[in-house]
Amino acid sequence: MRVLVVEDDRETALFLQRSLKENGHVADLAGDGETGLALAREGGWDVIIVDRMLPRLDGLSLIEKLRGEGARTPVLILSALGEVDDRVKGLRAGGDDYLTKPYAYTELLARVEALARRPAPEEQVTRYTIGDLALDRLSHKVTRGGQAITLQPREFRLLEYLMRNAGQVVTRTMLLQNVWDYYFDPQTNVIDVHISRLRSKIDKGFAKPLLHTVRGSGYMIRDGAD
Amino acid sequence: MTALTRLIASIPFRLTVAYMGAFVVAAALIVGFVSWRANALLTTRAVEALSAEITALREQFQAGGAPRLIAAINERIGEPGSNLYLLLDATGRKVAGNLSMLPPELADAAHGRVFSYLRGSDGAGAGRRLAVGEPVAVRGGLTLVVGRDIEDQRQFALTMGRVALWSVGLLSVLGVGAGILISRAVLARIDAVTEASRKIMSGDLSRRIPLSGSGDELDRLSDSLNAMLARIEELMLALREVSDNIAHDLKTPLTRLRNRAEAALRDPGGAAAYRDGLVKTLEEADDLIKTFNALLLIARLEGGAVAESMAPIDPAAIVSDVAELYEPVAEDAGLDLAVSAPSGLSLVANRELVSQAIANLVDNAIKYSVSETTDGRRQTVEISLRGAGTSIEIVVADRGPGVALQDRKRALQRFVRLEKSRSRPGAGLGLSLVAAVARLHGGTIRLEDNAPGLKAVLVLPSSGPGAVSAPHVAPAGLH
Repeated sequence: MRVLVVEDDRETALFLQRSLKENGHVADLAGDGETGLALAREGGWDVIIVDRMLPRLDGLSLIEKLRGEGARTPVLILSALGEVDDRVKGLRAGGDDYLTKPYAYTELLARVEALARRPAPEEQVTRYTIGDLALDRLSHKVTRGGQAITLQPREFRLLEYLMRNAGQVVTRTMLLQNVWDYYFDPQTNVIDVHISRLRSKIDKGFAKPLLHTVRGSGYMIRDGAD
Repeated sequence: MTALTRLIASIPFRLTVAYMGAFVVAAALIVGFVSWRANALLTTRAVEALSAEITALREQFQAGGAPRLIAAINERIGEPGSNLYLLLDATGRKVAGNLSMLPPELADAAHGRVFSYLRGSDGAGAGRRLAVGEPVAVRGGLTLVVGRDIEDQRQFALTMGRVALWSVGLLSVLGVGAGILISRAVLARIDAVTEASRKIMSGDLSRRIPLSGSGDELDRLSDSLNAMLARIEELMLALREVSDNIAHDLKTPLTRLRNRAEAALRDPGGAAAYRDGLVKTLEEADDLIKTFNALLLIARLEGGAVAESMAPIDPAAIVSDVAELYEPVAEDAGLDLAVSAPSGLSLVANRELVSQAIANLVDNAIKYSVSETTDGRRQTVEISLRGAGTSIEIVVADRGPGVALQDRKRALQRFVRLEKSRSRPGAGLGLSLVAAVARLHGGTIRLEDNAPGLKAVLVLPSSGPGAVSAPHVAPAGLH
């Protein structure tokens, strides 16, 4: 995966480049908005990471220009501004995800990978399958090994999100934002409890667990074969 | 600046003087105009009367010649308060009349018809007096002068003028006096306000501007200044409290963070120990970030910066969504979550913030609930929504140890943790964040006794923060 990192803080940029490389990705760096825009125009990126405050051309303007030229490369915005309004502004400018500083690298990685693998809007999938687990988005039915599983509406959405990102790490914050539409940080780790409930419904009694905990990051649903 | 110059420079004094000046000028103009018109009218009347008299005397002359004219004149002279008459022959000698000679003013046409004459030395009205008259030629070389005394009229006009002058003078003096009195009264009150604001500027923020109790403009002004001062004082106190508490709540984990890193470095256990130390350091850093974010959010809410993102939302959905989020947590803790969220209520609010506030209340309720009781029944945390007039109330009640009456106000302040929860990161900010959210929405948070347990009541106005006009929307007892 090729990632463009537009970040003016040299140390942060180098840290991201090194970390992404360790995870098997290639990252190029741009130290200011104009260089970033020029590199982004060259194309060929899977994801662009843009800091919101940049010298010469700020992050939001960069994204607006890029989107204005028809580029659809997924963009992750990094910002020290994390309030509701800031996030809305960032997404309105054309960003696909918004991450507030300070962030955990695992969180950033999970989001970058989720963005890169995100299907385009027109190729909407109606049915997800992982191993013998199947989720039908139209009939809202979930089966494992042909056996019907009854899920609460929220559990269904949780599983749906996990399956859409199958094979990818999904962080607790990502789940809270995408399944519950909450951007605050609950004091108790409520997500863990919901996951363990879901796990007891889809994995309990089956030889091969599908829903895995990724230590220090979050969760992942995958067929144990890979 | 002396007291006098201060007085003269004062607005009420200058206003009074200006007002008086305008009044005096207007009065002088009116009196002058009226007396001028009255004088002109009286003079015209006198001249008309004279013309009539001359016509009558001419008729006498035509009827009986000079003797008859003389007789008529003599007859008229005899009457009290008569006109002035003088009949001269061709040589200018007096033939009849009560004037001794032709007044020189009448001989010269340029002087007009006003002349002065000497009244006989008998009685009070003696002396030179003013009159109007007209000399006319009568056939036979005779000259007839008929005049009318206007001295009384003149005296009256003079007296009137004097009275007017005196009145104006008196009015001016009274006006200036009143101006001084009013200015002093107003100045005294303004000075009190000035004095109080100086004291406040010099650091005594608890001081307030005295009110006269009359409820007038100055009182109203002072009252809203006082309200402003109260708000500033509150903010200043809050700021001081924040810096004190930041010192405590950020320095403590920072110290722990540093200690962990130091201990890991010293540890002879090698890579495994370093790794363990780093993991703990990261956890510590994450807690710090949480605390810091909560602090920033509270500061931003108190600044009212998120007020624009209010929208109509369904409170029932908000409450049941949060309840749904926490239901498994409660169950894991051995608690029942009882939710009552009737639909049909409306609310203008920021969904994210209100959700977070409710989540904090529920989180607290779960944490503080005692999950086991002696009779073996499960404890219940109740979440309920209800309408209360123009507001909605979201009630989160638990059966935990509750909060003692004297601690309830404190519990809503930033950073305050009731002793048992000291070690939990960020927990101290939970309730104060709820208070800040309530305040941003123009509502309040009340802590009540659930006998036993704590009942937190979040009150939010249905129509959003704009509907609350009073400056004091602070939670009751947050001062």
